[in-house]
Amino acid sequence: MTHWLILPILLPGMLAAILVMVTRYHRVLQRTFSLAGSVLTLALAIGLFWRASDGTIDIYQLGNWQAPFGIVLVADRLSTLMVLITAILAPLVLLYAIGSGWDERGRHFHPLFQFQIMGIMGAFLTGDMFNLFVFFEILLIASYGLMIHGGGADRLRAGTQYVLFNLLGSTLFLFALGTLYAQTGTLNMADLAVRVAALDPADTAGIRVAAVLLLLVFAIKAALLPLHFWLPASYAEAPAPVAALFAIMTKVGAYCIIRVYTLVFPTDLSLTQGLFDTWMMPAALLTLMMGMIGVLGSNRVDRLVAFSVIGSMGLLLAAVSVFTPQGIAAALYYAVHSTFAAAALFLLVDVMRDRRGDVGVHLRDAAPIAGGALVAGMFFVAAIAMTGLPPLSGFIGKLLVMTAALDHPLEAWIWAAILIGSLIAVVGFGRAGSQVFWKSHQVATETTGPDSAAEGSNTPEQTPPVLPVVAIGGMLTMLVALTLFAGPVMRTMDATAAQLFNPAPYIEVVLTTEGKVIDSGDYGDDTGGDAATAEEGY
Amino acid sequence: MELLVATAVGMLTASGIYMVLRLRTFPVIIGISLLTYAVNVFLFGSGRLLPNAPAVLTDGVDIYSDPLPQALVLTAIVISFGMTAVVVIVALGSWLANDDDMVDTPTAGAGPDAADDQPRGGAQS
Repeated sequence: MTHWLILPILLPGMLAAILVMVTRYHRVLQRTFSLAGSVLTLALAIGLFWRASDGTIDIYQLGNWQAPFGIVLVADRLSTLMVLITAILAPLVLLYAIGSGWDERGRHFHPLFQFQIMGIMGAFLTGDMFNLFVFFEILLIASYGLMIHGGGADRLRAGTQYVLFNLLGSTLFLFALGTLYAQTGTLNMADLAVRVAALDPADTAGIRVAAVLLLLVFAIKAALLPLHFWLPASYAEAPAPVAALFAIMTKVGAYCIIRVYTLVFPTDLSLTQGLFDTWMMPAALLTLMMGMIGVLGSNRVDRLVAFSVIGSMGLLLAAVSVFTPQGIAAALYYAVHSTFAAAALFLLVDVMRDRRGDVGVHLRDAAPIAGGALVAGMFFVAAIAMTGLPPLSGFIGKLLVMTAALDHPLEAWIWAAILIGSLIAVVGFGRAGSQVFWKSHQVATETTGPDSAAEGSNTPEQTPPVLPVVAIGGMLTMLVALTLFAGPVMRTMDATAAQLFNPAPYIEVVLTTEGKVIDSGDYGDDTGGDAATAEEGY
Repeated sequence: MELLVATAVGMLTASGIYMVLRLRTFPVIIGISLLTYAVNVFLFGSGRLLPNAPAVLTDGVDIYSDPLPQALVLTAIVISFGMTAVVVIVALGSWLANDDDMVDTPTAGAGPDAADDQPRGGAQS
């Protein structure tokens, strides 16, 4: 058994504890430890990804207990892919937070950040439904702290909404888990898959309820249309590095949908038939349209980016709803792409906010910003990626989704929604970009004479500081790499989807790996080893 | 007993949802607490209701109650307790910062600087 598997969870967790206990008042130490830890996590994630890349499914039994009784962590292609995306995103976001000084605007940024990473990694790696709930709570409670980092009236109000909404989601999750347990008597995902498939078809009312409730819970996380209300305010008001990290949070919802509905409730199962075609697909398309219309309608750049996240989630979930291996592969490609595109945009918005003085992120006339050319260039690239124009990865992702939707009964609707949505988003981003970067020059020459124009050129800071540019540049580089290596990446995604649609090896590995068990024969004598000592207290 | 427990869960959930739909943070937090109580009782029920049966292995006992939901409830109680504390703190912070305890955001555009639409060219030089 490889102990590697738990390290991406343990390392950030222990690091967070060390950060909060030991290096509380040492800014440099905190930054060094946090960044070093993130880089180390990245190395671990690459290792895991490499190990799973030949189709191996690794399992880690916590406390060495046999699977349906103990909690297991499972690393297959999908889990390690998501872990890798998180691990790449985290150091870049940290670089930005350090470079822009965001981590200084409140206390305990770094510990909370590491706890959040721990929760996200755990959610991706766990093979147990209740454990998934626990990791959701870990990532949420850390995100509550990060969300209100730095304080401020608007942020606190948005934070309250965010916390309340997610608490309701957690309650719903527990109801779903209770129903699931009452019907099947297990919460291990692989064991659930076996038992759900063996259920009497006449007696499935409870399991249907559980399936729909779970979908609702994950849809809240993924910001599907009627459940997206928490997202625009939270993402717009959250500190920029936090919003960039949150770009992976919506993908946690998408990941859970893919995981649970390929493994536990496969769509060919009679009891969940129609769930995706009838409900998810229209909801996803509406989400896509609503997000893109929101992009056009926003009068603030941060909200514009938040709405573009909703739109991209709509597209992603539409690809998931097609629910063919091709659709899932396209969804995964688009998930990687939209994570980095959204994160880069959130950071760019923050760069603009810092440089536009009182006007901040409002789409109103203002003087040209310092170092405008570089920021404008990066915004241009990120916006092209987000709206899905060629040549960047957004275009490839969209093309893949549309190809995957070819044989779907709602094909025309999907194509129409994606294409019209893209057009609206292009207009929205174009409007924002020209307002911020072009119209500003007009404003400057109109309202100020040549004197102050000369004065303007003296602005000490012409380009943004190095670290933030490196962070944003890193994200954009990921987008370019995704485009250049689209072929190999897509082969990985296809293999991942193929593995998801053949859950038998996963179930077999989880349920047949040997571990400790308490046999009825073992009970009472000393041969039970640890198992017996654990129970001796009765 | 089933009827009693089911009614209790239903009542708690109904009151919880009613309270959650209020506009101010305090009733909403009370509503969320009620919902977490409801879900805790519900989780107990998910292991079947069985009185006078031990959950841990005991000599000379044949009928056990399911120990797993009890462990789950314990976890859920701890988590919801912590979460309630967090939401109270965040809501307090929001109340102190905003001078009101409404949950929803004021109408868009009513922010402090939305009124003045003047171009601010040159303000940065």
